[in-house]
Amino acid sequence: MLSRTADNLYWIARYMERAETMARLLEVGSRISLLPTAHGYRNEWDSLLQASGTAFGFHQKYAEAEQCDIESYLFFDLDNPSSVATCISRARENARIVRTALTAQVWDALNTAFQELRVLAKQPRHQLELSRLTDWTMRHAAMVRGAIDATLLRNDGWDFLNLGYYLERSDNTARLMDVKYYVLLPRVEFVGSGLDNYQWTTLLRAMSAHRAFHWAYGGEVTARKIADFLILNRQCPRSLITCAEGITSHLARLERNYGKNTRAQEMALALEAGLAALSVEEIIEEGLHEFLTRFIGDIASLGGVVFETYLSGDVR
Amino acid sequence: MTTYFNEMYDSGKVRPPYARLEDWTRSMPAELREMKQAEAEALFRRIGITFAVYGEGGDPDRLIPFDMFPRVFTSGEWARLERGIKQRARALNAFLVDVYGRGEIVRAGRIPGRLVYRNAAYEKAVVGFVPSKGVYSHVVGIDLVRTGADEFFVLEDNCRTPSGVSYMLENREIMMRMFPDLFRGNRIEPVDSYPEKLRRTLASVAPTKCERDPTIVILTPGHFNSAYYEHSFLADLMGVELVEGADLFVEGEYVFMRTTEGPKRVDVIYRRVDDDYIDPLCFRPDSMLGIPGLMDVYRSGGVSICSAPGAGVADDKAVYTYVPEMIRFYLGEEPLLKNVPTWQCSKTDDCKYVLENLHELVVKEVHGSGGYGMLVGPKSTKAEIEAYRARVEADPGNYIAQPTLALSTTPTFVDEGIAPRHVDLRPYCLVGERVELVPGGLTRVALTEGSLVVNSSQGGGVKDTWVLAE
Amino acid sequence: MILTVDHVTLYRYDRPVRGLVQSHRLMPSTCTGQRVLNWAVTVTDGLAGGAFRDGAGDWIQGWSVPGPVSEVAVTVRGTVETTDQAGVLRGHRELTPPDCYLQSTPSTRSDLALAELAATVAGHDDVLDAAHRLSGLVSEAIVYTPGATAATTTASEALALGKGVCQDHSHALLAVARQAGLPARYVSGYLLVEGDGAAEGQEAAHAWAEIWVRGLGWVGFDPANRCCPDDRYIRLGSGLDAQDAAPIRGTARGTGFEKLDVTVAVQAVQQ
Repeated sequence: MLSRTADNLYWIARYMERAETMARLLEVGSRISLLPTAHGYRNEWDSLLQASGTAFGFHQKYAEAEQCDIESYLFFDLDNPSSVATCISRARENARIVRTALTAQVWDALNTAFQELRVLAKQPRHQLELSRLTDWTMRHAAMVRGAIDATLLRNDGWDFLNLGYYLERSDNTARLMDVKYYVLLPRVEFVGSGLDNYQWTTLLRAMSAHRAFHWAYGGEVTARKIADFLILNRQCPRSLITCAEGITSHLARLERNYGKNTRAQEMALALEAGLAALSVEEIIEEGLHEFLTRFIGDIASLGGVVFETYLSGDVR
Repeated sequence: MTTYFNEMYDSGKVRPPYARLEDWTRSMPAELREMKQAEAEALFRRIGITFAVYGEGGDPDRLIPFDMFPRVFTSGEWARLERGIKQRARALNAFLVDVYGRGEIVRAGRIPGRLVYRNAAYEKAVVGFVPSKGVYSHVVGIDLVRTGADEFFVLEDNCRTPSGVSYMLENREIMMRMFPDLFRGNRIEPVDSYPEKLRRTLASVAPTKCERDPTIVILTPGHFNSAYYEHSFLADLMGVELVEGADLFVEGEYVFMRTTEGPKRVDVIYRRVDDDYIDPLCFRPDSMLGIPGLMDVYRSGGVSICSAPGAGVADDKAVYTYVPEMIRFYLGEEPLLKNVPTWQCSKTDDCKYVLENLHELVVKEVHGSGGYGMLVGPKSTKAEIEAYRARVEADPGNYIAQPTLALSTTPTFVDEGIAPRHVDLRPYCLVGERVELVPGGLTRVALTEGSLVVNSSQGGGVKDTWVLAE
Repeated sequence: MILTVDHVTLYRYDRPVRGLVQSHRLMPSTCTGQRVLNWAVTVTDGLAGGAFRDGAGDWIQGWSVPGPVSEVAVTVRGTVETTDQAGVLRGHRELTPPDCYLQSTPSTRSDLALAELAATVAGHDDVLDAAHRLSGLVSEAIVYTPGATAATTTASEALALGKGVCQDHSHALLAVARQAGLPARYVSGYLLVEGDGAAEGQEAAHAWAEIWVRGLGWVGFDPANRCCPDDRYIRLGSGLDAQDAAPIRGTARGTGFEKLDVTVAVQAVQQ
């Protein structure tokens, strides 16, 4: 298929996944802000902006990190390159460009999200509960995903969509975990405190993984269990290893389809094997933050190689 | 007071092709009609047919208004039109091959050389080149108006990349979905073979160096273009890739497209971009849209470009006047379709007449399109006429004028019910190894009462166009 | 006269580019007074593309260089035997109607000053004489001065400045000739530069103009040297202006910054 078409499909998936993550981040923020804020350190909303990489842009527009401004900025603001609205608009624009590579159902799902968003954006903000906005985003992301799974031809285009999803998701899961450990709780003395557990639970809720976690692990929520669940557990749909597995399986399909082995595939296999060989102890020993930083870097270079190999148009 | 030919009612009686439609409208109360109209709009929006108006900003997802009342031709009427359209398309192509070759028609004194060779649309870069099968214009859109039961005039020719064919196809699709009974009762010629015919036409003009089943692509200026929907729609129906300039590149003697599996050779490019933007090495060096080196490949027979660069000189409004002469010169036939009498402001006498009669003429820019920059004398205020006069006086060679034609009307759904509105017709003639025409076209309708401007950029709408089987 | 040409254009990029595409007008015209004894154009790692003779009689050859690449040399070497034709282009097969060359381009657009020059030959019946006069007027109005103008300087700017090189002289002559209703075109080629010319810094890559004279055909005028082309000139091709007639047109795909080095040597072979 045309490299540009593959690129558009890949970005539809990345933007939809990113929109969902942004909504999840908002959810984390709002839940944490429900706690009494008598801890003497910085405003949690600020941490959130730091985590989502939007602090600079936000402070260009607003002086203080007020909840309603943050909601506007992270959800509706088209000047914010990673707001939910920007992501959905871009996903839909990418879809419009490759309309003919999509089924009517997938287009419908994307277009409906976009049209509804335009209606939402016109409503007065005070009428919009944050939870309604995050639910709305999750629902539409799921509908797009569902339409893709249920109706799209399993050709190379489907593989590029899925590569986009898994690459974005693995990056996002790693970042969400890093928010918790590095940004929300910067002081070592809080580790293991009640506040610490509350924040971990919030994170699980934000990833819709709260109940799944309890079924799988039971008992107290600890950093170790969570790291195991979100990094190494192949049952968890958002875990890093599940994403890596997804990436290798779609690259393997492309190999069969195109009849050639690529560097992207070698890299992905190495990444998955590396995760599979790890234990939670080793991760904790390295330092969770250090591990996640390294992983985010690896995923970014894998994304770069996927681009060079299939999407750049310079394939030989 | 001008009288207008009403295609449905002639002296109070319903003309035969519209007979069944009369019952149909009677059976449709206002509420049902509104519901159907809303349903049609929802369908269009869902399919994604939208239209961005050039330079107006606003909603890029605006729909062209669709009028559900069909426009109908009998098989006899259509047969006459078809012969005339094909004749014209053949002559226009013969003219193009000639003026980029020896220029016999100019040498014979049948058309002034300056109109052709000094024309901005005359492409020096293709002089001496004969495209595959001798075809320059592969899709000729001929705009027609009707002024009487047997009277049709050609308003203008579009030899480059006439747009709107997706509406012809979608209008029919939507009418068939919403009113299947109508199609059961009337025997209406189908139009859905157009994409396949277009594909066959394009394949038939594969370049000399292509010895295999040709790979065809559609070249679009990109997704911000107002006709992007049409480009992607046609690519989908023909089963070919829709590419932008950056997706193609020249290597050695051929053009390739960039795919996820590596370069793939391209043989025929159905381009929907202007000549100026196809090759920065040959035309505009500042163009970001083009494919550097494309013209060298083209001229050495490595790829076909449809329509061929340079085709625009045949649809120039000043050259238009001479199309009947082309038909006589190249085909040795009498023109079957009439031209609208045209005054060339470049001629002193004509210009004098035009300036004296601005209030009753339609004046257009020679290179204008889309209904922009024109004056409809009888519908303009004194001030508008005077402002236009100054423009014509400043640059007479840039203007032509025509009488205000009594465009026919067909019944159209309006807020108050059904009322006559003016229409025109654009059929799409395909020229490759064969010259073909699907029975139908795009009917554009001026939705404002009394308006004679049907362009969608000026508030016009579209209708399904029926040709009845014998 | 027997002339040898050694013309190297070197493209260097600070970062490798993804590919290069060029269109060459680098073959001496096939016409009376010009006989090619040997001629070769090479492009480092280049793939020869489509080639054809265009409507104006020029041989066009496409080239592409697949990337990544950071240095490309285009080399032209050859020997041509020339004879003086007093500036008249003879035995040159072409199809493009002279009327095409009445169109102006951004760099040859007329203005009041250019129109004034053109007006001096108004009503002149002898076209050849009118053309000579216009060429003389341009020579006087623009003093040969290397470095005073750039590749993008227009005819109107050069005239206002009163200084320029062969490209500016030619553009100005095209502008006034077209203004006077005479089809005129830009010609690119090579020139044997000796003695005074060499001292003045004249370059061997040269340009002049051709004006259409009914009954005679295309006639060359070189306002930069106040003469008509003779056996010191090698004609390559023509166009509406310098850009349209350029011997090499090309583009690279990539973000690298391009550095260009051109060396041209034209020499007469001792006989």
